[in-house]
Amino acid sequence: MLKRVLFTTLSCLILCACAEERQSVDSTDDELSAAVNIPEISNPVIVYSSRQEYLIKPLFDRFTEETGIEVQYQTGEEGPLIARLQAEGEATFADVLYTVDAGNLWSASDKGLLASVDSALLNQNIPEHLREPQGQWFGLSVRARTIVYAKDRVDPSELSTYAALTDPKWKGRLCLRTSKEVYNISLVATMIERLGEETTQNIVEGWVENLAAPVFSSDTLVIEAIAAGQCDVGLVNSYYLGRKQVDDENYPVALYWANQDSSGTHVNISGAGITRYAKNPEGAQRLLEWLSTEEPQRMFSELNLEIPANPTVPSAEQVAAWGDFIQDNINVEAAGRLQADAVMLMDRADYR
Amino acid sequence: MSYLIAAVVVLPILVILIQWGTVGNGEQAIWQHLFDTKLDRLLLNTLILMLGVGFGVMLVGVGLAWLTSVCAFPGRNFFEWALMLPLAIPTYVMAFVFLGLMSYTGPVQTVLRSWFGNEVYFPNVQASGAVILVLSLVLYPYVYMLARSAFLTQGRSMMDAGRILGKTSWQAFFKVAVPIARPAIVAGIALALMETLADFGAVSIFNYDTFTTAIYSAWYGLFNLAVAAQLASLLLLFVALVLFAEQKGRKKARYTQHNSRNSQLYKLKGWQALAATGFCSLILLLAFILPFFQLLIWCFEIGVEELDSRYLGFLLNTLGLGLIAAVVTTLFALLLAYVKRLPAGIVEKRWQNIAIRISTLGYALPGSVLAVGIILSFTFLDQAILGAAQSFFGLSIRPVLVGSLFALVLAYSTRFMAVAFAPVESGFERINPKIIEAAKSLGASPARLLQQIYVPLLKPGLLTALIIVFVDVMKEMPATLIMRPFGWDTLAVRIYQMTAEGQWERAALPAVTLILLGLIPVYLLIRNSRPVR
Repeated sequence: MLKRVLFTTLSCLILCACAEERQSVDSTDDELSAAVNIPEISNPVIVYSSRQEYLIKPLFDRFTEETGIEVQYQTGEEGPLIARLQAEGEATFADVLYTVDAGNLWSASDKGLLASVDSALLNQNIPEHLREPQGQWFGLSVRARTIVYAKDRVDPSELSTYAALTDPKWKGRLCLRTSKEVYNISLVATMIERLGEETTQNIVEGWVENLAAPVFSSDTLVIEAIAAGQCDVGLVNSYYLGRKQVDDENYPVALYWANQDSSGTHVNISGAGITRYAKNPEGAQRLLEWLSTEEPQRMFSELNLEIPANPTVPSAEQVAAWGDFIQDNINVEAAGRLQADAVMLMDRADYR
Repeated sequence: MSYLIAAVVVLPILVILIQWGTVGNGEQAIWQHLFDTKLDRLLLNTLILMLGVGFGVMLVGVGLAWLTSVCAFPGRNFFEWALMLPLAIPTYVMAFVFLGLMSYTGPVQTVLRSWFGNEVYFPNVQASGAVILVLSLVLYPYVYMLARSAFLTQGRSMMDAGRILGKTSWQAFFKVAVPIARPAIVAGIALALMETLADFGAVSIFNYDTFTTAIYSAWYGLFNLAVAAQLASLLLLFVALVLFAEQKGRKKARYTQHNSRNSQLYKLKGWQALAATGFCSLILLLAFILPFFQLLIWCFEIGVEELDSRYLGFLLNTLGLGLIAAVVTTLFALLLAYVKRLPAGIVEKRWQNIAIRISTLGYALPGSVLAVGIILSFTFLDQAILGAAQSFFGLSIRPVLVGSLFALVLAYSTRFMAVAFAPVESGFERINPKIIEAAKSLGASPARLLQQIYVPLLKPGLLTALIIVFVDVMKEMPATLIMRPFGWDTLAVRIYQMTAEGQWERAALPAVTLILLGLIPVYLLIRNSRPVR
């Protein structure tokens, strides 16, 4: 009896080991998906992406249409994706790492997971402050983290900088997202780079003092809280408000570009780099270069209401309606380099 | 034999413990920082959560189990099975539904403000009380099921004996029924607590800082996987203490079932009956009916946009993974429990017990930390395999283990071994040794013993194990997110993708689907737990 049980268990495990790659739902070309077992023969580009599928699939489909190159992708959270890439080492079959937030990209290049790319096209299309100096990663779309406010309770003339939100007049009127979220960490990191640790800590402590409610777990909740009257101002990524405004033209919350008279609004990127042990680096480079050209850049803007990294490409209508703004031109890699400092600073300031 | 199985389960845990070897300047600085800022608050929050949820599931689970297994009151037949339904709801789904309903912008507070003005008081929905409430409502079925099973198999004969000896029904309950059901109750609470310690989805939606969130913060925020794994190993220490306390608490009493013929139920009358029905209704309402209907409403509002051709794929993946993992994990648990009872020397027994205990700790590990443990160990193995293939056969092959279904199923087995082991072990414990002795004295071989005595008596326990693992795997999210092979997206992954963006309404459709799927095994579980007449 014991032997039978053992045999059954072992067969189950062996079956598991064999039943690996199924008809992939993530493939842009179903006929070629069988080829995924032998990557060095056919030419799909394999992407590890932390971007949601509904944001990247249309782009990859378009790429396959235009170039005939198939794109396969695996989505997941950034931390585990990078950890997996690192653990796989030379054995990885990922060609491209595509993730959000410069901090994550910095982390990947810091761990030696990305390869330097020398591409004239990418260098031309993507501004310097949005790409890694050695070409290890390139920003593909931009999101601004800026101030949003209740239209009927706040006059935009009362707003100016991120630091100004520490003013006592905002006491009990500020809503923020949790400090654990990478976008806030990056904002604080670039503030440390610009203003130094001590000033930044004072600012963060000032924010915490002015909170109307315990911090929320997402930007959408911040915006909804402002709309409902729980608070009057908040800090969010631009596209979250964009989504609300698309659903409701008269949404009671509006956007304000912070720091226009000083260092410019803090921006962050979604970006990608070619992995160090990519099996198809040529295909990967083609994909990245293609993503920096006009049509895909415009698609980014339309799909997720982001701002194209390529400055020659106009934004989608909803985004353009917010008006032009000055971006903070610190190289976004500072967000990664100072990420640990920012996290610890926020802990010290009791910003949860 | 048991060492082999335990080793397979223990490997990822060991790899995580090995991370303590990495204590450089970076790690030291982080630990210093933690001590300075939040370690005390994290520990306090984790303790509060554990105590709160422990009490919560005990009161609700034991109370309900008692009412439905031993008393008669209006609606009893319905509640008997209906109270298990919350088992189908994942913690993170309950969390976002609760916040959606009860937060400032939700319907409850909005209505209150329209009646009583903007300054009306409402408790903080992100406070510990709220988290404890949500987790208790989701996790009480573990205690409910195990306690009910214990109460049913004791039958009323023990209770009647107590009453004959002069105890009132309350006294009989506390002094006779509960102590005898104690192993089951304690096992249920331990499971609920381990689930609480490992939970990340719900506490992150509430933004409630616990040990687990610190682990993620060390990993994602501070880029230090070593510290994250070190924190995770401390979490294991917590869990080990819980289990140790449970073991000591059992003492040496014999808990085997006696004559289990079911006699009549206590009839409750008057206000007692009303209270019973009221209590059951309240729990069912809060833990299942309200959340489910809110999800349905969101589904019809926005969620239908979500429905497309990929949904069948998500569904099948979820079912398939659940089934495979359930079978493999239950088989492992059966082997472990059986081997534990084979005769062996005293020293070997001790080591065996330690190995088995360690095997069940995986439940308290956050899914993603466990996944990384497995990826790390498999990467090492893969490199050996690839190297061997290269040198002996000249073949250049893809990694075999990393990113495979096998790795994911192994992660599930490690994670849910405790869940499968508890009912199987309970089943073994309830087998009267006299029957075994009788069979042996009649000359039965070990194989025959297993086949004709153990397995039939264990069937309820085995089935329970299969079903709980099945449901748990379907709801599992962090490990699946990291380790799933290409094309194996599940419903849980889908929900995560939506809630991470704060788009709760879009998460409603996969959430409803997951709950409906979860109802099938729950139904089987209910049918299976009815006492055999």
